[in-house]
Amino acid sequence: MSAHLKKEIAGIDLAAKAKWVWAETLRIHRRAPETRIASSLSPIEIFVSLYYGGVLNFDSQQPYSPDRDRCVISKGHGSICMYPILADLGFFGMEELERVCETGSFLGGIPDPIIPGYETINGSLGHGLGVASGMALGLARGERPQSVFVVTGDGELHEGANWEAIMFASQHGLDNLNLIVDNNSTAMLGYTEDIVSNGDLSKRLCSFGWECWEVDGHDVSAVHAALLKSKSTRGGKPKAIIAYTLKGHGVPGLENAALSHIRNPAPEVIDDLLKGFE
Amino acid sequence: MSPKPLAMRDAFLERLHHEMVVDERIFFVSADFGSPVLDKIRANFPDRFVNVGIAEQNLINVSAGLALEGYKVFAYAIAPFITMRCFEQIRVSLALLSQVRPMNVNLIGVGAGYSYVVSGPTHQCYEDITIMRALPAVEVMSPSDHVVAEKMFDYCTNNMGPKYLRLDAQVLPVIYEGGAPDLQDGFQVLREGSSLCLLATGFMTHTALEAATELAKVGIEVGVIDLFAISGFDEAALKKVLGSYKGLVSLEEGFRARGGVDSMLFDFLGRIGSMMRMYNIGVDPGYRFELGSRAELHEQVSIGVNAVVAKVRGFASSATTPINPALS
Repeated sequence: MSAHLKKEIAGIDLAAKAKWVWAETLRIHRRAPETRIASSLSPIEIFVSLYYGGVLNFDSQQPYSPDRDRCVISKGHGSICMYPILADLGFFGMEELERVCETGSFLGGIPDPIIPGYETINGSLGHGLGVASGMALGLARGERPQSVFVVTGDGELHEGANWEAIMFASQHGLDNLNLIVDNNSTAMLGYTEDIVSNGDLSKRLCSFGWECWEVDGHDVSAVHAALLKSKSTRGGKPKAIIAYTLKGHGVPGLENAALSHIRNPAPEVIDDLLKGFE
Repeated sequence: MSPKPLAMRDAFLERLHHEMVVDERIFFVSADFGSPVLDKIRANFPDRFVNVGIAEQNLINVSAGLALEGYKVFAYAIAPFITMRCFEQIRVSLALLSQVRPMNVNLIGVGAGYSYVVSGPTHQCYEDITIMRALPAVEVMSPSDHVVAEKMFDYCTNNMGPKYLRLDAQVLPVIYEGGAPDLQDGFQVLREGSSLCLLATGFMTHTALEAATELAKVGIEVGVIDLFAISGFDEAALKKVLGSYKGLVSLEEGFRARGGVDSMLFDFLGRIGSMMRMYNIGVDPGYRFELGSRAELHEQVSIGVNAVVAKVRGFASSATTPINPALS
């Protein structure tokens, strides 16, 4: 990775990269079954588009460069797919992926900001959007051009602090703030809809003064286009992309299962899935 | 000329207003809580002031985000709300995060103890010291008058990390008429005594001074120490000062024996291997809804001047007796 901020990674096939990340994430989980696999498979296209699609400015050699776009990964447990992405982009060595959850590794079951590339504490849900709103306010008041991205789950929106932040961001017209909801429709004990429904989330956020787009979260081109659109839109409103995804995407028995969060696919199932990826 | 009594928050905010002129990194965040001085800050620095509304969870998270962007943040709300409504935000976004990423966030809580006298137990605050000192990364400060409170402002701007300042809501008499004490030790000896020492914080320092005067009338000379840095006092310095006493009495406007200043001192004495006897005076655990003046409420919960004098007199006779003569 060059020391320059990454603006575009030319010639990257985002769909192929997403496949690679999917396989690497499963490999990590096979070695470290403590990791949450189902919720880490739903946001892959989101993160791949952000990091390989020229959406985020970042510098892997200087993770806290003031010129970077901020990316707050609020759904911490469900972002193990970021480990191969960050390693691939040079935030740390690929060999670290072999040591996830092992003694001495900084790659745990729930990512913390001791990992180069992570901005905030993420294990407890519902904090990222508020912290990101503070970052966005600071950047806006300082007349700095960087954008702030936040990735949450849809179950995570049960936490009331999110709605304090949602109201705050629209009140202050934080149009440098981009929320991406990995809407995999599933919390820990079942479908979000059956627990406490977010209703028509897009409509709900729009009624709170946000600009919203809905997208198929596994259509990487669509996700990429939505992210670029969101980033470039500065219309005085905070913005949200609701990405409809499947928890456990691509893993039979896990995909879209009500209890996928607490299920681990058997090692041989993973081995079968990974055939052809070697 | 001795300073005229002022509300702690007004002294603190005046100092802050003054400093915002020269330090462009100071950002003020309020949870819909004000003061006349705050009106000036809002008017003169609209780009570095924000009112998040009645939303303490967001107050903390927004403050964390601003601090990550390099601002020195002052977050302002009523004491029980800024500590207890948003405790997990403080833990996660300030205490945990500050261990990895440097940040300067100062939580200014107004309404220590019973200082919102007629507002009842939702607005009164007897648990904040306990829960805030449970977070190792958070400094807890408790000034006894506006002179110390004002001086703490400079400490806050010049030192990184999350801090909690517990300010009284009422205008209290000035203790430090000759100027603010050195904050370095975290405490100040206000009166020397012979065998017993009263160690108090916040409003209770005033009670301790009054009680000391009353006790002197019956021949009991007690020392008085004002502890204003609850988490960051100089242990060696305090050990030295306490060395000349046989007994220690803690006074706090918070629940007794629930992890507050008393628990901290019991722990401290244990760790330094002191054989000194200690007696803790704090609010009788339990919530009360009765109305009355602050002095009346304090007597009801056993922390008023009369209650303190009676308790110290009782302790004075036992304190000089070793717990187990065989150990002495």
